[in-house]
Order: sequence, then C-alpha cells, then structure tokens
Amino acid sequence: MSPYIYILVMAITTYLIRMIPLVFFRKEIKNRFIRSFLAYVPCACLTAMTFPAILYSTNAVISGAVALTVALITALCKRSLVTVAALSCAAVFATELIIRLL
Amino acid sequence: MKRKEYWLGVRDSLPVGIGYFAVSFGFGVAAVGTVSVVQATVMSLTNLTSAGQFAAIGVIAAASSLWIMLLTQLVINSRYALMSLALSQKLGKKFGLFQRLVIAFFNTDEIFALAMQRPVPLTVPYMVGLGLTPLIGWTGGTLLGALAGDILPTSVSTALGVALYGMFVAIVVPQAVESKPKRIAALLAAVLSCLFTWFPWLKTVDSGLAIVICTVIAAAICAVLFPVEDTEEASE
Repeated sequence: MSPYIYILVMAITTYLIRMIPLVFFRKEIKNRFIRSFLAYVPCACLTAMTFPAILYSTNAVISGAVALTVALITALCKRSLVTVAALSCAAVFATELIIRLL
Repeated sequence: MKRKEYWLGVRDSLPVGIGYFAVSFGFGVAAVGTVSVVQATVMSLTNLTSAGQFAAIGVIAAASSLWIMLLTQLVINSRYALMSLALSQKLGKKFGLFQRLVIAFFNTDEIFALAMQRPVPLTVPYMVGLGLTPLIGWTGGTLLGALAGDILPTSVSTALGVALYGMFVAIVVPQAVESKPKRIAALLAAVLSCLFTWFPWLKTVDSGLAIVICTVIAAAICAVLFPVEDTEEASE
C-alpha cells in the first residue's frame, strides 16, 4: 500500500480530533470540575509523555537521564524552549561519546 | 492592528518554530528509512504532530492495516481533543466557523500552551501567526532532516531525538514552579506513567493509550482537589 494512503488516513483522523471540539463545543463551560480538569490537562499530558519515556529514547538509560537532568536544571533557570531542547541534545551527544570512550 | 497581531503571533511562536525545526530534523532523519523524503515532508505538512508521526512511521514500516493507523492516531492524539475543548473556551464568540476550521489544524501541544497563556484576548491574525511559524519549522526541519538522513552519523541523530522531550520539560517546569496544583498534576502524571512503564500487566497497555489514561486520572484528581476559581479563566 502506498504510504500516501497511510498519510491521508492519519491526517484526516488527527484533524477531526482537533476540529470537532473546537467547532461544536462553543458554549462556555459552566461546570467547575470540567474547567478545572481542562486547566490541568496540558501539564499532566506533557509530563506523562516525557517521563519515563525520555530514559528509553536514547542508546542508554544513563544518557536519557542526563538529558532529563540538564533539561530540568536549565528550565528551572528559566532558559528558553530552544535552549533547553538544544542543551538536552548536547547532553546526550556528550554522554554517549564518553560511554563509547570508556 | 491586524498586521501587528499577526507579527505578535509570529514572535511568540518563533522559539516553538525553531524547536520544531530541530525536533522534526530528528524525525526526518529517522523517517527516511521507511518513507521517501517527499512522503516524510508531506506527512509533517499535513499532520503537524510529533508523537503521532513517530508512531505512524512504525505502523507504515510494519505494513499494518489502515485501521491500526486510525486507532493509533486516535489514541495518541486524543489529547488534542481535550486541548481543543479548552482552546474553544478561550477563543470566545469572535471566532466564526471558518476561522475555527483553520485554527483547529494548528492545535499542537506547544501552540495550545502559548495560546492559553496569552493574558489578552486571542485574535484571528494572532492565531494564524502563532500557527504558521511552527508549521514552516516542522515541515522544513523534516525535509532537511530526511535529506541529511544518510549523511549524519547515528550519534548525532540519537542526540536530536531528545529535543522533543527537552521542549516538553521547558513548557511544564515554569508552570509547575508557579502553581502548586499544576505541580501536583505533573507529579501524579509522572508516577502513573512510571506504573504504566514498569508495572507488570500495566506495561502491556499501548503506550499512546497509557498517556491518555495518566492524563485523565491526574487531571481529574487535581480538579477535585484544587477546583479553579469561579470568576477566573480556566487557563489561569
């Protein structure tokens, strides 16, 4: 099967997921629980995606752990998105270089 | 006014655009073994989703059915439904049907986070500026990454693979520092996510579905423990 058919299916699915709530749920939500719930979704979702997955995203758990540590410290120091991401990448590169040399 | 709003959107999303460029460069490098350079680029241009695309490459490589592709995207990207719901609240009545149809396409984790944290009301040109820059970065990065895929050593492409996670950390940490409920929501999600990774039986759950479950449980517990004020925006 052509990869383009896969790409078409995923594009339509992803768009509908984003579009339907945005177009059809326009009234202000009065329910306090739902409003609170939605306020906490981004933090919870991004954290669940990052940890512990980051540990297994590189060639060794240790380089993933170093990347996470570097990201946490630089983010606590209020560095920009790009700086944090770039330094995490650099941390992985350096750690895995050291592992290979040892 | 309209132009100014557009450029404010571009300015605010420029770091995300650059970050997307770096992350999708890694995606392009990884994807080009399974799909062609053009296919990888078209995928980024039409989907604009990191985790979903990474998973899709696996689905295509395994030559799975289209139903598997649909389900994978549905599960991994279901968080966008929650984000669109929250964003819909923030947009207000000024946004019409066509404008919502366009904005929906750009609703990624980072663009959503930027839109929600804007202290002043959102406008159409602002949202377009906010969405286009990351789309260009994401698509351009994929194209260059796919082209460079054969040249780059694996040590470099592996390192580029954590860029996405670095961005997520950079988004969550400032919010967690500022707000105790969000800090607890993040911690809860991390603990649950660990259970789904390491605990017997739980670790057999599809990783995309696990993210959804962790998100829903953590956010629901915090919504019960720390309901937002009645008068303020749900985003605060």
